[in-house]
Amino acid sequence: MEKNVVKQSTIRKADPVSLLKQNAMLLVLVLVYIFFTIMTQGRMFRPNSFNSLINQNAYVFILGCGMLMCMLTGGNIDLSCGSVVCLLGALGGTMMVMWGWGAGVSILALLAIGIAYGCGLGAIIAYVHVPPWIATLAGYLAFRGLGTSILSVSITNSISIKDNQDFLNIFSGTLFKTPEGEMNWPCMIVGIVAAALVVLMIFRTRATRLKKGYEVDELKMDIAKSALGAAVILLVMYKLSLAGGIPTVLLWVAGVVLVYAFITSKTTIGRHFYVVGGNIEAARLSGVNTKRIMFLAYLNMAFLTSIAAMTTISRYTAANADAGKNFEMDAISACVVGGVSASGGAGSVLGMVIGATLIGVINLGMFQVNLDANYQRVVKGFVLLAAVVFDILSKKKQK
Amino acid sequence: MAKILLEMKNITKTFPGVKALDNVNFQVEEGEIHALVGENGAGKSTLMNVLSGIYPYGTYEGDIIYDGKVCQFHNIKDSEKLGIVIIHQELALVPEMTIGENMYLGNERGHKLAIDWNTTYSEADKYLRMVGLSESSKTQVKDIGTGKQQLVEIAKALAKQARLLILDEPTSSLNEEDSRALLDLMLGFKKQGMTMIIISHKLNEVAYVADKITVVRDGATIETIDNRGPEPVSEERIIKGMVGREMTNRFPKREGVTVGDIQLEVDNWTVHHPLYPERKVVDNVSMYVRKGEVVGIYGLMGAGRTELAMSIFGQTYGVNISGTMKIDGKEVKIKKGADDAIRHKIAYVTEDRKGNGLVLSQSIKVNTSLAHLDAISNHMVIDGDKEYAVAEEYREKLKTKTPSVEQLVGNLSGGNQQKVLLAKWMFAEPDIMLLDEPTRGIDVGAKYEIYCIINDLAAAGKCVVMISSELPEVLGMSDRIYIMNEGKFVGEMKASEATQENIMALILQSGRGD
Repeated sequence: MEKNVVKQSTIRKADPVSLLKQNAMLLVLVLVYIFFTIMTQGRMFRPNSFNSLINQNAYVFILGCGMLMCMLTGGNIDLSCGSVVCLLGALGGTMMVMWGWGAGVSILALLAIGIAYGCGLGAIIAYVHVPPWIATLAGYLAFRGLGTSILSVSITNSISIKDNQDFLNIFSGTLFKTPEGEMNWPCMIVGIVAAALVVLMIFRTRATRLKKGYEVDELKMDIAKSALGAAVILLVMYKLSLAGGIPTVLLWVAGVVLVYAFITSKTTIGRHFYVVGGNIEAARLSGVNTKRIMFLAYLNMAFLTSIAAMTTISRYTAANADAGKNFEMDAISACVVGGVSASGGAGSVLGMVIGATLIGVINLGMFQVNLDANYQRVVKGFVLLAAVVFDILSKKKQK
Repeated sequence: MAKILLEMKNITKTFPGVKALDNVNFQVEEGEIHALVGENGAGKSTLMNVLSGIYPYGTYEGDIIYDGKVCQFHNIKDSEKLGIVIIHQELALVPEMTIGENMYLGNERGHKLAIDWNTTYSEADKYLRMVGLSESSKTQVKDIGTGKQQLVEIAKALAKQARLLILDEPTSSLNEEDSRALLDLMLGFKKQGMTMIIISHKLNEVAYVADKITVVRDGATIETIDNRGPEPVSEERIIKGMVGREMTNRFPKREGVTVGDIQLEVDNWTVHHPLYPERKVVDNVSMYVRKGEVVGIYGLMGAGRTELAMSIFGQTYGVNISGTMKIDGKEVKIKKGADDAIRHKIAYVTEDRKGNGLVLSQSIKVNTSLAHLDAISNHMVIDGDKEYAVAEEYREKLKTKTPSVEQLVGNLSGGNQQKVLLAKWMFAEPDIMLLDEPTRGIDVGAKYEIYCIINDLAAAGKCVVMISSELPEVLGMSDRIYIMNEGKFVGEMKASEATQENIMALILQSGRGD
């Protein structure tokens, strides 16, 4: 083997058709955003809208990561996460208000309960072989009831946690808050650093690949990719800095999204999720512990559900019986619209993020143009279906 | 001469890249039992699928003339309307339904909107009696044995007013007694004027029941032997037709390989069926393999070869496995699961590359590294560059034809998929390689390349077990051959002593149950 001979890198030519297909949802997102911006006479493009998008959809991004991992294993879903959000919220409210626990203890306790639930659920699915949708349907029914019954101690079916400022500061609010309309420099600086990091990463990867003689994209593709990434980050952070600063919950969302993007694309365990969904028998015969992967999928989902529960009660400064309603459907929709395969084995965190953002933009846009709430659901339903039909048709044509 | 009921003229059927049937001509007289014999993949089933409309008119070339008329079947309903009924090798019964429900599935009695259950069950009972079953048609299918299920399939075919009955390996899952009963039933039907085509590997049964025997080889009909003389035609005569092909240079020579010490030794190995634990799938098998040796395991489909290999590979098949296994002379107990087998440096290269070998929706790169991810990762973080380099290395080594290792495995041809599968297991760095049908369904050129890879493995001191149901391949590639039938090893031969005839004879002898 002539190992020392460095090969010349081949350049992967960009093919406009496949490029369009790969980034179709991104394009749709941009078009939809422009559409609503026009419909709302620019209201959609104001700093406040960016702020709302993040605050209103934080839970979708967090739960979406968990749902992605479940769906990767073979189109499996978790129907219980919305009800678990309600239950954990109720427990959190009880701990902080009724029992007077501090923020730190309550957070740890809620995480522990979430993880314990995840272990039980994972074991039932992976080792007892209860189909996931049935196991989680049971949770969907039971935990909404349990949560509501805990909250029924108050007449309004809700426990206010507005006095626990520590807890609220951890999950909601704004970092280094400045008055609206004023430039928030900490926010802008974070944006500039993040944008620079993205550009740096793309070109560092390119440099190593060139050095080792691996296939690379055309230079203009990498330039376009980094310019686009940097522009999006700078735009969002600029708008946020005018809206008062970085929403605290954005840190949680960014942290979760980055960690899961890393796990799915770079680690052996992430790889195992994909191959279990792609061909579970092949995975088993290649030494992958397929049962453990199923177990981890649902354990992980419960863990992320606990985080989502805490951001949710913090945002409303109360634990409500209605909290978490339809969260599971929002997370599934985000994944499906983001190109995660309904039969498993394919999908990415980036795709899910685009899907979640698209749905969030449509929701906010419809709200801002005062569309009737019932019609909003109709539109959401058709968007979901259209995304899947599009996905299936575009895959068919490739063959 | 009796009337020709069916004639298939110049039938050619191509799949992407493979000519499965090449200008086949086939005639069946009314009222005869006509046997189709040939090796796996010779084209028997394809021919019958063309006949029954599973491959619709237009997807093949040539004519089907049935009862004097040229027919164009677009689906299986079309052929059934004319009384051509096929019974497939895999039983197609729904276990949770009653016999009666199964028999009229898709052919329901009564009105469009309501099933007439009285007619269904009384008619079903009538046909059950015809095949010699005394069960009520209200019995659930899961409550009767495989032999009786096969008879239910036949009753189901009769209920469709069959004139030409096609039986694809009807006895493959039956024991001796049930098989004989089924064959006698066929002879009884013949007396009543039914025409039948039987596909079978069991040549003694074919010789017993068939009036004419047509041999299919490499997608062509080679000859039709008349079996109506006073003496049944000899099995050797049929085998000659089945395997008689040129053997020059199909197998590369293995040179400079020194066979070393015994590496893998398995003694008194018995494996039970996971769903029917009382059934022995592998029965008291003992074998050994030396370093640098290629050992062939020959047997027909269903002989228990795959089950033997998978049970050795971390008990990935079977329950209640007993027996001892030694690696390098030391007894080892491999825990359940492929990961422990891989740690013991065993690899099992599956016969079913699409079903349980490769992840078709992933790239060559991902598939290559799958069984040995640790080698390219650091604290569970995959080194993408290293992974790419490994995939490239094996692409070059095995001459896999692909534009890039990022290509999805699902887009490759069968031969190249097989190479990716081999690459995956070679990268896992095993000492013992269990290759299950390593050349199934790939073209001749790719086969030769796979044989070269096997030789390289032996030269590198690996011990190679090659399971195959292709006799020429076993003879051409092995140093030593085990012959397996019905879960047992029925013989062991040096390749130099083995011939196609004496291997087949061993199997047939053991198949007779004496």
